[in-house]
Amino acid sequence: MTLANAAPRSERQSGRRSPGQPRPGKQLDHGAWFLVLPALIPILVLSVGPLLYGISLAFTDSQAGRTEPTEWIGTLNFQDLVHDTLFWDSFRIGLLWAVGVTVPQFALALGLALLLNQNLRLRWLARALAIIPWAMPEVVVGIMWRLVYNPDAGILNETIRDLGLGDGRDWLSGLATALPAVIVVGIWAGMPQTTVALLAGLQNTPYELHEAAALDGAGAWRRFRTVTWPALRPVALAVTALNFIWNFNSFALVYVLTNGGPGGRTRLPMLFAYEEAFRYGQFGYAAAMGCVMVAVISVMLALHLAGRLKGGDER
Amino acid sequence: MTALRTSRSGRTGQYLALLCYLVFLAFPFLWLISTAFKPARELGSLHPTWIPEDPTLDNFRQAFDEQPLLRAAGNSLVAALAAAVVAVVIATPMAYVMARNRSKLSAAATGWVVVSQAFPFVLVIIPLFLILKNLHLINSLFGLIMVYVVWSLPFALWMLVGYVRAVPRELEEAAAVDGAGRARTLLSVTAPLLAPGIVATALFAFITAWNEFFFALVMLKTPEKQTLPVVLTHFLGAEGVADLGPLAAAAFLATIPSLAIFAIIQKRITGGMLAGAVKS
Repeated sequence: MTLANAAPRSERQSGRRSPGQPRPGKQLDHGAWFLVLPALIPILVLSVGPLLYGISLAFTDSQAGRTEPTEWIGTLNFQDLVHDTLFWDSFRIGLLWAVGVTVPQFALALGLALLLNQNLRLRWLARALAIIPWAMPEVVVGIMWRLVYNPDAGILNETIRDLGLGDGRDWLSGLATALPAVIVVGIWAGMPQTTVALLAGLQNTPYELHEAAALDGAGAWRRFRTVTWPALRPVALAVTALNFIWNFNSFALVYVLTNGGPGGRTRLPMLFAYEEAFRYGQFGYAAAMGCVMVAVISVMLALHLAGRLKGGDER
Repeated sequence: MTALRTSRSGRTGQYLALLCYLVFLAFPFLWLISTAFKPARELGSLHPTWIPEDPTLDNFRQAFDEQPLLRAAGNSLVAALAAAVVAVVIATPMAYVMARNRSKLSAAATGWVVVSQAFPFVLVIIPLFLILKNLHLINSLFGLIMVYVVWSLPFALWMLVGYVRAVPRELEEAAAVDGAGRARTLLSVTAPLLAPGIVATALFAFITAWNEFFFALVMLKTPEKQTLPVVLTHFLGAEGVADLGPLAAAAFLATIPSLAIFAIIQKRITGGMLAGAVKS
């Protein structure tokens, strides 16, 4: 029993001759349109439409409570944004946070996935516990860790005092400690999903390959490098890319933990854009922020993926 | 199996590592529970303990006194239930078409599912806010439900496409050969096989809506309309000065429904997610 044992079953059923695989070149007939429209209309009206509207808002002076009609102002918002040091501070913090969460989380989750792929006795417990961070509302995760970090009544400082390591500190309010403290929470919160995805990747590697490598005298590290990692790479790549995007765009966790403080040290771009839009009512300006976030992240990811995929071909 | 037998010291190391992971995963949650049952006197103490010396339910009572938790839970329930049901009802037929037909539309829909994961919500919520405001659907659960439906669609489609592909096509073809029409085939052959996947998807959509915070924060203005996660943040008070006991108690209560549901469907979710991921 493992975290992901339901996956290979469906995989096996359809894997052999792929009966579920789409047949090529089929056009949608009337019946199919009838099936698609109930979902397609809301998607177009409430998702694609607003997205395009949102992008267009970035070129207007749209504001909350504005009485005169909204006007097109071209790229003025973007020109302002370029000089907005607060925004670029938050952008930098967002990148630090996204990398700071994604990378250690990947390392930890990979370790846990490798452990859970072994025949260990406490696997069921790890599986049961992994549900907690996954299923909890982000708001509750934030509240929970505020209780852990609480300077007086929190368990972290009490443990530090018990171990004789000093008096502890107010982690979430310290200028130097706030960002690392929220990053730890981010890592904790996303561990289960990452672990499950990696575990599924591990279970797709044929066991015989491991055996063959072991018979050839390959040690654990060699086996990991030559057998496990190559098979895991596509999953690992997708997982890190998605985690990076999600983390960069995250909001609730840090909103509850620090609300961007102290002194903006944990003000992620989404918190900044939220305040700009819904506290100061600068809809056009906040939309421009959203556009810049999407653009930069897309370019970075495209480069990352292109580089990695190319690297993979040379293998 | 023999070839990969781990040495005894290696085994010990593995168990030690696993233990560290277990502690890391569990301790914040245990601390939440411990705090929720502590009387005010113990919470004021500079030397907190893991086990409350004098456990009490006062915090829970006080939490219900301070904030409209029941109404908030009711709002969350309505929003999450409606969003889950509507999302699955409209997503299932589309997922079926996406899984069985290769057309430009299916490709575009798959692309949308992937791309929609990458957008910062602020770019969607501002226009949605303006649109819904013109329709007088701000501060209304109905407006929030509409947002939740669309927001949960990508993932619902993703999972359902995986489940549909796991239903062997041959079964449908056999039914067609036996003279069953398309609707008949879908209802009497495909639907029953798909049912467990549909339920799992609906429950997952329910939990994501139950847990959702950002859209609810933006769209719901008055305490009577707010959902549980938004009301929970009211316990934090100004400047982060919080009444720890009731805060912990309310947070603990808010988790129970999602934990319970998730414990039931966890296996199916990971299965559906992965099936979708592997196939696309």
